[in-house]
Amino acid sequence: MHSVIAIIRRDLLLAMRRKSEVLTALFFFIIVVSLFPLGIGPESALLRKIAPGVIWVSALLATMLGLARLFAPDHADGTLEQMVLSPTPLGLLVAGKIVAHWITTGLPLVLLAPVLGIQFDLDRGALGILVLALLLGTPLLSLIGAIGAALTLGVRGGGVLLSLLVLPLYVPALIFGAGAVESHVSGLGAGGHLSLLAALLALAVFFAPWATTAALRIALE
Amino acid sequence: MLTATGLSCVRGERRLFAGLDLAVGPGEWLHVQGENGAGKTSLLRILATLSPPAEGEIRWHNEPVAALAEDYRRAMLFLGHHGAVKEELTPLENLTLAAQLDGTTLDAATALQALVRFGLRGREDLAVRFLSAGQKRRVLLARLAVRKASLWILDEPFTALDVKAVAMLSGLIEEHLAAGGMAILTSHQSMPLPNGKVLSI
Amino acid sequence: MNNKLVNWFKFGSPQSFYPLAGKMIPWFWALAVVFGIIGLWISFFVAPTDFQQGEGYRIIFIHVPAAWMSMFLYIVMATWAGLGLALNTRLSGMMAQAIAPTGALMAFLSLWTGAIWGKPMWGAWWVWDARLTSALILFFLYIGFIALQAAIDDARRADKAGAILALVGVVNVPIIYFSVKWWNTLHQGASVSLTKAPAMAATMLWGMLIMALAFWMYSIAVTLMRVRAIILEREAHTEWVKNLSEIQGEPK
Repeated sequence: MHSVIAIIRRDLLLAMRRKSEVLTALFFFIIVVSLFPLGIGPESALLRKIAPGVIWVSALLATMLGLARLFAPDHADGTLEQMVLSPTPLGLLVAGKIVAHWITTGLPLVLLAPVLGIQFDLDRGALGILVLALLLGTPLLSLIGAIGAALTLGVRGGGVLLSLLVLPLYVPALIFGAGAVESHVSGLGAGGHLSLLAALLALAVFFAPWATTAALRIALE
Repeated sequence: MLTATGLSCVRGERRLFAGLDLAVGPGEWLHVQGENGAGKTSLLRILATLSPPAEGEIRWHNEPVAALAEDYRRAMLFLGHHGAVKEELTPLENLTLAAQLDGTTLDAATALQALVRFGLRGREDLAVRFLSAGQKRRVLLARLAVRKASLWILDEPFTALDVKAVAMLSGLIEEHLAAGGMAILTSHQSMPLPNGKVLSI
Repeated sequence: MNNKLVNWFKFGSPQSFYPLAGKMIPWFWALAVVFGIIGLWISFFVAPTDFQQGEGYRIIFIHVPAAWMSMFLYIVMATWAGLGLALNTRLSGMMAQAIAPTGALMAFLSLWTGAIWGKPMWGAWWVWDARLTSALILFFLYIGFIALQAAIDDARRADKAGAILALVGVVNVPIIYFSVKWWNTLHQGASVSLTKAPAMAATMLWGMLIMALAFWMYSIAVTLMRVRAIILEREAHTEWVKNLSEIQGEPK
């Protein structure tokens, strides 16, 4: 546990020292979401309807942006080798890195989403569900994304390939995440969607670090 | 005691070496020699369990390393071509965080002492990105001094070091051997260390 | 090691599998042609005209088997990939690599024929039906697998990385399918459900099953041909490949 906290601290420290990477993804998220009303028109009934989908798709893309850099710097400077050779099990260190990735990319999206939701004229209840869905969904994006990042480590055209691998796997998160807000707005209640999202998260927490670890070992061989 | 029997390594379609035997006991060091591309780095990576050998077995105190896993990794320290040093962090942060990732703690005083020993006094709070290539290697050497390991596997440790640093590193390795440690090194140059076993591949 | 295990591993080596595959290929081609002729005959001449959909419905004799195959092949591919990861046999990775293009072809075929069928039935080339959408995502998964393998130069690493991706995909395929289905029921107004199709005539079912067999045989034959090519490519440096009669016969 000690070493997991250490790697989270280290990655947060690194993120603090290169703030631009974190901020770029964040502003990308804001800009993409803000472009939709410009493309579609300011009619508030329509905007309310598309808001959950737009915010979720933008969150997916913003997460993708930093994903290629999840393991690449560690791979380039030899830190990844040292992590593999550390007495601490690699799976734990990988889990720590995923947590740090979520804190630097997922959590800011969750915190910003209500502000963007207001742009789309969502009411207070819908905003709450949106935040809750993103809170469950963005860790899922980091977990699944880590598998893709490990698989494409040091591979030609890794960045583009990464989105090809990962985006289809994001489909369930997108459906349940955006669906939660929609079904709340239409009066059906978001409970079902949110619990399915939580179930997926539980599955990914169990499965993704393991798959990521296996992929990293292959990349280093 | 590290022993390896019948090691072979295949990269792509090429067989780099085959039927390689080696043994390193307490206080001994092994100098791996060979031309560029002969497989020196591959051998060290196999010994460090970073990649599996195509054939053969590695034993640590007569136990297969595959079965020992964490115990072997705790007793072994591998330094490769890359620095394994984070450019954005200071030398002091690099040392303490590396120790914490290994599940041990390193107090700031000990870390500072090691950095001073390698001539990094006054640089401990400067991001590594502002140091020269040789100074970066010295941060790495400080790690050798603070990490407790009985087997050192060092790939080209003398690269990018000036005369003074070479002397420091040789001194460090000699200390390590005198205390019953083991070392496996690769190097193009002749080694400034006595009594090495030579393995040519 | 017991004898059974040894026998399995014997055919697990590319060297002994290569001639075996060579012997099997003509048989599977022959079966594919026979089943194909019977299946097409049933589907065009024996199966009755559908009183709702007219003659256009006959495309399901291609569409449904292709959709089945695209799913089966993904599972078969992931099984080979998983075997390769667990047992570290060389042939398994080659099999997975050989299956992927056929699987992608089947997924594409099912999308394409689905669109052709959809135009007269729904009045649109594409509707966001749950099955069509998940077939589309399955197609993306195949493309991802092929792209990942193509991007990695070292064949062994490509096999292992592809295997992990295939296993992750196989866990995800049912999740994706059910999520898409759930999504579809929420937006029911936008599409037409296929599940309420009229009860199928027995001859139609037979036609589809025989066509599916033909597709199976075709897939096996093509996969074996492809795996032979992959074996030659990867083992080109070995003695046994250099001694093959078809290699030695080639002009230098």
